[in-house]
Amino acid sequence: MTSIAIPSGMPQYDDVPRFDVARVRADFPILGRDINGHPLVYLDSANTSHKPRQVLDVLDEHYARHNANVSRSVHTLGTEATEAYEGARAKIAAFINAPSTDEVVFTKNSTEAINIVAYAFSNASLRPDADPRFRLGPGDEVVISEMEHHSNIVPWQLLCERTGATLRWFPVTDQGRLDESGLEDLVTERTKIVSLVHMSNILGTVNATSRITARVREVGALLLLDCSQSVPHLPIDVVDLDADYIVFTGHKMCGPTGIGVLWGRGELLAAMPPVFGGGSMIETVTMARSTFAAPPARFEAGTPPIAEAVALGAAVDYLTGIGMQAIQWHEKELTAYALDALGSVPDLRIFGPTVPVGRGGTISFALGDVHPHDVGQVLDSLGVQVRVGHHCAKPVCSRFGVPAMTRASFYLYTTTEEIDALVAGLEQVRKVFD
Amino acid sequence: MQLDQLYQEIILDHYKRPHGRGLRDADDSGDRVAEAHHVNPTCGDEVTVRVATDGTVLHDISYDGMGCSISQASASVLHELLRGRGAGEAFEVHEAFVELMSGRGQVTPDEDVLGDGVAFAGVARYPARVKCALLPWMAFKDAAARAGVGVSPEVTA
Repeated sequence: MTSIAIPSGMPQYDDVPRFDVARVRADFPILGRDINGHPLVYLDSANTSHKPRQVLDVLDEHYARHNANVSRSVHTLGTEATEAYEGARAKIAAFINAPSTDEVVFTKNSTEAINIVAYAFSNASLRPDADPRFRLGPGDEVVISEMEHHSNIVPWQLLCERTGATLRWFPVTDQGRLDESGLEDLVTERTKIVSLVHMSNILGTVNATSRITARVREVGALLLLDCSQSVPHLPIDVVDLDADYIVFTGHKMCGPTGIGVLWGRGELLAAMPPVFGGGSMIETVTMARSTFAAPPARFEAGTPPIAEAVALGAAVDYLTGIGMQAIQWHEKELTAYALDALGSVPDLRIFGPTVPVGRGGTISFALGDVHPHDVGQVLDSLGVQVRVGHHCAKPVCSRFGVPAMTRASFYLYTTTEEIDALVAGLEQVRKVFD
Repeated sequence: MQLDQLYQEIILDHYKRPHGRGLRDADDSGDRVAEAHHVNPTCGDEVTVRVATDGTVLHDISYDGMGCSISQASASVLHELLRGRGAGEAFEVHEAFVELMSGRGQVTPDEDVLGDGVAFAGVARYPARVKCALLPWMAFKDAAARAGVGVSPEVTA
């Protein structure tokens, strides 16, 4: 084996932060499982990630020792639970570099977070005295893209139906990139909000947002970024991104299900009307009317998912301990390896960028004419877990002329051996369906 | 290997060489013709089943669709089993197939009734795939009802 010396003064291989993948894998109990007589090869982290012992322990510990409702009790357990819940909020704010902890609203998931914004627009549109930035009517426009998850399409379709506003979208290029060529015509003075995916859950594309942000600022619209697939995998800094809202979900970033985040600029959240009414979100209530708490409480009606939030705080600690830059680099190397390896499989067509630049570790593909369900079934018999279907992004499937795709997605615990197992499994698929 | 139970040769044969595929008009102009289009929203599989009947006999069952091997092979088997049958008899077969698919692998199929359909016994062990196998059969039921032959207990009795 020859080694190539990189001249001194140039970036060296070891300059990039790295971590011990074997040690990380030992933190995830489920990775020790067998599936159908084979070691588990989990390539579905874009769907949901696994949870390390450190997160499971915190979840368990919360219920075993600190269980109480939050924000309403004077007793010791209530205080401990409240401190843990608010402590998690502070950890998450720091994780995304939010200027204030109060800008982090806990939700059920990304879908709920997007719906909160959409319904705040809806509620504002019914009130003449509401902040004009959130008021929509005929002639106003909402802009999304063709590469959105259904969760960033349907809430806006429904909002446009309710208000008479028009929904428009960025197309996708043949290479699976966002087509920004029509930016000036698409984002105009009529645009009230642009809601875009940061990293596509199906194509893996990471969208460069600076041109779009500049245009959004120019026309006085708002920008929401769906970061469900990026926050778990890349260092995210909301100040740097210069978005108005971002949304993400806990279960894709080593946290539990049932907890997600809406981050919004403090001044915007303060100007938004409430969406869900109930306990915790009020200032005062009389039988005739109510006034509302400041954000984030305004958007957290009812008992929140307390243990889940606390465990998400633990997940953030875990990811921070390894380092988001190291995780990003690990996945970049895996993606480069996987693109090469998949490229060697006959009749395999990759949807989305085929170079490991401006993309993350989520790769969708077709294997000849074999239906993705059949691909997934044969792979499952070998212990390889991939997602098959339309990935809640039917417009992307239509764009590329297929009803469904097979998707492999990676995370910090994924190894190149697992990608080899996928490639070997695809050989088996070809044998069954040749 | 478990996978062989799911992908029986019979199923792969029907998938690779489907019988009676393609939507057809009725041979007999007196027939009522109706169709139903069903989709599986979780995977995007689609099938259209068309029934031509005089109200007593199912003269033709034609179909078209796109999807996985299980759903497409199932449509081929449906065509082969029910085409030319009396409505009552067809619904008995329909009922037996639905029962087999709902049985989680515990139902022993009767080859005299189900023919090549017995190959789907293994599919019943894979809950995620049962819907694939049933897709054309559910579309058939709707198409038949639209053509005036319902799957009510009175009809099958």
